[in-house]
Amino acid sequence: MKAIHYINQFFGQIGGEEAAGHEPEIREGQVGAAMALQAALGSGVDVTHTIICGDNFMGSNTEEAIRRILSFLEGKEFDIFFAGPAFRAGRYGVACGHICDAVQKKFGVPVLTSMNEENPGVEMYRSKMVIFRGGASAAAMKKDVAAMTGYGLRLIKGEKLLPAAREGYFGRGVRDQVWLDPPVNATDRVIDMLFKKLRGEPFQTELPIPKTDRVPIAPAIPPEELAKMNVALLTSGGIVPFGNPDRIQSASATRWGKYDITGIDDLKKGEYMTTHAGYDPAAANNDPDVVLPLDALRAYEKEGKIGGIHQYFYATVGTGTTQAEAARMAGEIVEELKSAGVRAAILTST
Amino acid sequence: MTKVIENAGITIVQMANLLPVAKTVGVNRLVPTISIPYPLGDPATPPDVQFNLRHHRVGVALDALTTDIDEPKVFKVSI
Repeated sequence: MKAIHYINQFFGQIGGEEAAGHEPEIREGQVGAAMALQAALGSGVDVTHTIICGDNFMGSNTEEAIRRILSFLEGKEFDIFFAGPAFRAGRYGVACGHICDAVQKKFGVPVLTSMNEENPGVEMYRSKMVIFRGGASAAAMKKDVAAMTGYGLRLIKGEKLLPAAREGYFGRGVRDQVWLDPPVNATDRVIDMLFKKLRGEPFQTELPIPKTDRVPIAPAIPPEELAKMNVALLTSGGIVPFGNPDRIQSASATRWGKYDITGIDDLKKGEYMTTHAGYDPAAANNDPDVVLPLDALRAYEKEGKIGGIHQYFYATVGTGTTQAEAARMAGEIVEELKSAGVRAAILTST
Repeated sequence: MTKVIENAGITIVQMANLLPVAKTVGVNRLVPTISIPYPLGDPATPPDVQFNLRHHRVGVALDALTTDIDEPKVFKVSI
């Protein structure tokens, strides 16, 4: 097996800050920190090349640096790509993220890096690659290299890998189903968690929600403007025309639908239904307005509180759907809303 | 979903039952609903009672769209 290692000017023994403009180069064999990587990988994996690039060169000429490094790698055989560890060095961490992302995309090989949690490279790239939780400074070199290489060896040999927290890397927001050994059914697990919560003991949820950035609060719409504009209705509660013509999945949805409600004042039983498998559908099937309140919104249209209702409502199913999929679908729906000039929306969730 | 839509500059209010989840994922304007399977109308009550509840809460949601906020807010409902 073969590996290639990316390091910066400092760990490539070119120099410190004064050499941060060092142009990318590739050398055969191991230089500087790559020797520590080779030692940790052992005899089964050869670190055939070391790539060295100054942090400022990567920072100021990112596209050019990536282009040159990818051209170095063209035609070389390698099974895995390592970058860093970058510790708390911000520019270095971001550089490791840039190059790992590009190498992974172009060559399809696994990429691994390591950074301290304070490194800005973590937030930029944690969802795209495995970044190990590293120490604050080069004093942690041995430990951080061992974490990356231990995982890397098991990865390329196809051995069993554990969730991010157990392996010691930053969660990517990827959900995976695992079988417990020995098996403990969900009821027992949740009751156990509940008891721990009641006793004030620490417990770990099985569905951690990735922390996400806040979005800027959209401005309020003056009531007199709302009285003239169309309001859009959206739902993650799975309301669709009867029979679910777009076959939106009942859980872990990847599809959404848009349905024309021109001239419809009320969502009637037998004409609309829910396809959501995460709640008892009886009430929603009997009167879909309890999930998507078209009848009430029509009343406000008649009262003149809103100018009208956007021609379509948009629906998907929220249960089991990852935040990444939800964001992708919302991005597609946003394009529709923007092109129709919609500025106000109500989303109902179940 | 709400965040992506809001990030595009569209003023949006989410009507949700799982308020802690909606708050965690970063929804800014929130109006509570009464349950998961029937957010806006309890099937154990007569249709006009259900409609009144729904009409009231959708009204709160529309008022939320016209209200300036400087931090995430759960708007109060009275029925």
